[in-house]
Amino acid sequence: MPAHAFFFYIFSLIAIVSAIMVTASKNTVHSVFFLILDFISISCLFILIGAEFLGMIMLIVYVGAVAVLFLFVVMMLNVAQQKNQWFGAASGSRHIPIGMIVSLIIFFELLIVIGGWKLKPDLTNDFINLSTSGVTNTHSIGNVLYTDYIHLFQLSGMILLVAMIGAIVLTFRQRSGLKRQSYISQISREKNDGVELVNVKNKAGVKIDV
Amino acid sequence: MFDIGIGHYLTLGAVIFTIGVVGIFLNRKNVIVILMSIELILLAVNINLVSFSIFLNDLSGQIFTLFILTVAAAEAAIGLAIIVVYYRNSGTIRVEEIDNLKG
Repeated sequence: MPAHAFFFYIFSLIAIVSAIMVTASKNTVHSVFFLILDFISISCLFILIGAEFLGMIMLIVYVGAVAVLFLFVVMMLNVAQQKNQWFGAASGSRHIPIGMIVSLIIFFELLIVIGGWKLKPDLTNDFINLSTSGVTNTHSIGNVLYTDYIHLFQLSGMILLVAMIGAIVLTFRQRSGLKRQSYISQISREKNDGVELVNVKNKAGVKIDV
Repeated sequence: MFDIGIGHYLTLGAVIFTIGVVGIFLNRKNVIVILMSIELILLAVNINLVSFSIFLNDLSGQIFTLFILTVAAAEAAIGLAIIVVYYRNSGTIRVEEIDNLKG
């Protein structure tokens, strides 16, 4: 399947380059944009491999919500102009070789795990059969998700609720010196509080105390 | 070379995971980039789960990927809220200036 290989190499190359640019970019806004590009290419890979539902969900959730949230925070905090200093700073250059060595060790350990693993003999190259079995990917996920995993599904909804309430509680700020509308004092106002009846003499006028 | 198997996808996941770890180690800028590196690491985990799910013909990996997606979104929201609160209190989110614990 040369077409599959072609698109796999293109999208994985885009994903790796944009992942590098996320960490190495000078500007934080550019980092967020490269993060969006990374998510888009990975979701293209998911669609390519046959997991269409997850690819689309990843587009909606990551690109539509999470990346926009990142962009919003970057804009709000005004940190986009802080320049990247991690190779120039004197205090930062001490731990960079150690970090590089540890990261390379992690990477080669992962490669050793992947390369040395005995896979099932009927494992490879039968992923095309999933999409031709008559049931779409979304349908089969729904069949499993709403029956076997229904409690975990509701629990994940609870996690989202807790995250939403937590974010609101964390960032809520009670400002001082603001004039707020007070419904209870508006509703509970009586006629005697606001209106005073005065007897006005003829041609004498009335003096009003404000 | 032209026969894409599960090893290719796992290698891609390993590369993106390592790039995320490097981004956490070498960052001298601000905390937002560290959060983005965490998102990259979760993305690499998702790649592994989805490729195993497809090549093993088992849907559980994709279900778990959905839950990881949920938790990642919640984590991003909470983390960004904490960053906003910290910036409001101390005026900076540069990594080398966040040293209140003197670690």
